[in-house]
Amino acid sequence: MRASAERDSSSSINGPMILRILAKTLILLAAFNFLFMLLQPMPLLGHISAYNVIFPGRERLPYGDDPEHSFNLSLTQLDAMFASHIISGEHKSNDEYRVILIGDSSTWGFLLSPEQTLAEQLNRLNLHAADGRRVKVYNIGYPTMTLTKDLLFLERSLRYKPDLIIWLFTLESMPWQKQLDSPILELNPGITLDLIAKNDLPLPTQELKASLGSLLSDTIFGQRRALADWVRFQLYGILWAATSVDHVIPETYNLRMEDLPADPEFQGFGPDEMVASDLAFSVIDAGLEAADGVPVLLVNEPMFISQGLNSDLRYNFYYPRWAYDLYRRAIHTQAQIEGWQLVDLWDELPADVFTDSAIHYSPLGAERLAQLLKPYILGR
Amino acid sequence: MTLVHILIFTAVALLIACIPSRPWRGWMLFGISVLAVYILQPEVPLRHFGFWFPTLTIALSFMIWVTISTEARELSANDLHAFALAFVLILVLDLTRWLPGGLSFLAGRPPAPVDLLIALLALALLGWILWKLTGKQAVVPWVMVAIVLLLFVIQKWVPAGLSISRTLRTLTGQSQELASMSDLSWIGFSYIAFRLLHTIRDGMTGRLPQLSFQAFLTYVVFFPMLVAGPIDRVERFSREFEERPQITIDRLYRGIARILLGCFKKFVLADSLALVALNDINAPLVQGSGWMWIILYAYSFRLYLDFSGYTDIAIGMGVLMGFKLPENFDRPYLKTDLAAFWNSWHITLAQWFRAYIFNPLTRALRRGVLQKNVWIIILAGQLITMTLIGLWHGVTINFAIWGLWHAIGLFIHNRWVEFRRLRRLNLRSGLLARLEPIAGGLLTFNFVSLGWVWFALSDPNLSLRVFQSLFGV
Repeated sequence: MRASAERDSSSSINGPMILRILAKTLILLAAFNFLFMLLQPMPLLGHISAYNVIFPGRERLPYGDDPEHSFNLSLTQLDAMFASHIISGEHKSNDEYRVILIGDSSTWGFLLSPEQTLAEQLNRLNLHAADGRRVKVYNIGYPTMTLTKDLLFLERSLRYKPDLIIWLFTLESMPWQKQLDSPILELNPGITLDLIAKNDLPLPTQELKASLGSLLSDTIFGQRRALADWVRFQLYGILWAATSVDHVIPETYNLRMEDLPADPEFQGFGPDEMVASDLAFSVIDAGLEAADGVPVLLVNEPMFISQGLNSDLRYNFYYPRWAYDLYRRAIHTQAQIEGWQLVDLWDELPADVFTDSAIHYSPLGAERLAQLLKPYILGR
Repeated sequence: MTLVHILIFTAVALLIACIPSRPWRGWMLFGISVLAVYILQPEVPLRHFGFWFPTLTIALSFMIWVTISTEARELSANDLHAFALAFVLILVLDLTRWLPGGLSFLAGRPPAPVDLLIALLALALLGWILWKLTGKQAVVPWVMVAIVLLLFVIQKWVPAGLSISRTLRTLTGQSQELASMSDLSWIGFSYIAFRLLHTIRDGMTGRLPQLSFQAFLTYVVFFPMLVAGPIDRVERFSREFEERPQITIDRLYRGIARILLGCFKKFVLADSLALVALNDINAPLVQGSGWMWIILYAYSFRLYLDFSGYTDIAIGMGVLMGFKLPENFDRPYLKTDLAAFWNSWHITLAQWFRAYIFNPLTRALRRGVLQKNVWIIILAGQLITMTLIGLWHGVTINFAIWGLWHAIGLFIHNRWVEFRRLRRLNLRSGLLARLEPIAGGLLTFNFVSLGWVWFALSDPNLSLRVFQSLFGV
């Protein structure tokens, strides 16, 4: 039986047939690549997600450099990132008061499990807004410290109809020269250029324009990495659903630096070289304008204050005292001038709640910060 | 094997397929296979061992070829040419130590040529002594068996491996504290060892055909079969090695189609399933029985697709070059009983164990005091054979339990078949007869999948926790 089948296949396969198969394969390959380039389906593909359909939505945006252990990875497609987030799967009911947290890795919850983050600590408080609506907080924080990256996420999150945006930041996110230092901005040059143009931000655009890519980069071949990441990320939905793990928390890690170097510089500025105009306050303005009436609570986030060596010179690893003091004076002045709602919680958390860096806090730190923010939510 | 390796070796296979001369085809197969052992060898932390392990493979093959060659046999011109070509290739590879890092295609820097020449000289001397002893000393083949088994145990048993790693680190002047099993990553040795044992044993029983060194070494390190088998038989391989098959469009088509199928199974399906398949990392974190079953099934299919994908690639390359390598899988998860599963899963390994362990063992038991207790003979045969198959994957408790799991399953199946035969319980028609294969298939697949819990994890306690989770205990 098998032998006769082999004879049949042998007799039907010949040179011209192979050539026809090869030609058809090449034509189909070229046609699919051309169609892909023409239709640009990546944004549409980004909206298609197994999360919130087959698997529960993720409680924070996908981020991770150790997929094998965290069952998570850093995507570059914003649509796919948001499509996987729980906020995309939850219909906003009439009795929901929707609060969105924007910020850096401390808001995202570095070294915290999803249920230990600031957003979940706030949810655990079972708050109700002044009009009686149930407060539901969503974590849209994302690691890397730049206000422009925050602005990008703030604009995107407006699609989900927030009633309040809480934007947490620190001085490290402020300098103009750092504004584009985030892979998510660098790897989405078109979106970043639009953001810069729309908000008229004084940021350099040459490098972004240069990385806009060629025709080839718009084909399946050029997008193979993004496509593979998208598939991998959907598959990791199984392990997210099965384990609720999205981040590796090591049993031991190096604690934030207590003894500090005698270095008076901050981001290349020597003492008294930095002035308020070196800080990207206009990005905050752009965010408030983009919010289009949705109240935005600005929070100068808590940080670790060292008592160790050279602590008379520096507050912590990030900041010399002169720079941070200048920043606080400047932002308070700016808030008064612009009428921002600013909450300054810079020294509100005790030193022992900080973990591996001067801004990452423990579950207890997140819980205390939630208590500190509670009155500002209840007051609405 | 990476996709780049597969692409290069497929191109080489196509080139070999086009060679019109039979001798040149043989020399190309020989040369490429020798080179492949070095190219496919992964980098090891032990200094120069990325080179020494492949050299040891060739040295071991040489010594065993000498051992199995009969006393009456004279060295032929072909053998001398094969020695010379192997020597030149190894020496040229060694000289790549002076190439800039980026140009070298070997894992790690080769040793100094003087060291290599001393080693090859010692090997030649050893070969000469063996040549003189072969046929006169019946113990020589047994010594070779012992050497191969010893090396195999060192590879598979962590305490022994670590001890050797520490010793080798002392010799190379590296830190003993960093000793690990990765020091002993020896390309394809699991398969090479079984090919060597098969040839020694068949040589001892006189069942082996006369083999040239060229054919023998190509058989042991044939590049498509190096990484993941199959474990071919030398008499079959050597027949096809000596032929000059006609290149046909049909052969090229079948070969390339099989390679593409294998790549799809391995790099698309298996590698995707690997992301979510049961392993030591995700097993303790999974909450809920349903999810545990899902990641267990993901492991079952991942393992099958990965392994059978590699086999498809090997068979496809073989087809291109005119070899009909043995099949290793025959839709194993569709089998309706465990015996049928083992006739269709890693077929060449199972056949090897049947030929060299199970059959001789049960024959010996039948001749002994147990001759009337058939069920004890079957049980003992299954237990020993399957436990050894488990330990072939690594000398750990979990692999041993996995082997026992299947031994007990096979024994129960055997007794059940016997019970039904004696009571004439075979269903011939009706609904039950139609349902029987479906129920049998489901039962077999789930039994095999549950067995993978032992296979996939390294810790028996973790495996037990997974069983508890699977059954909601």
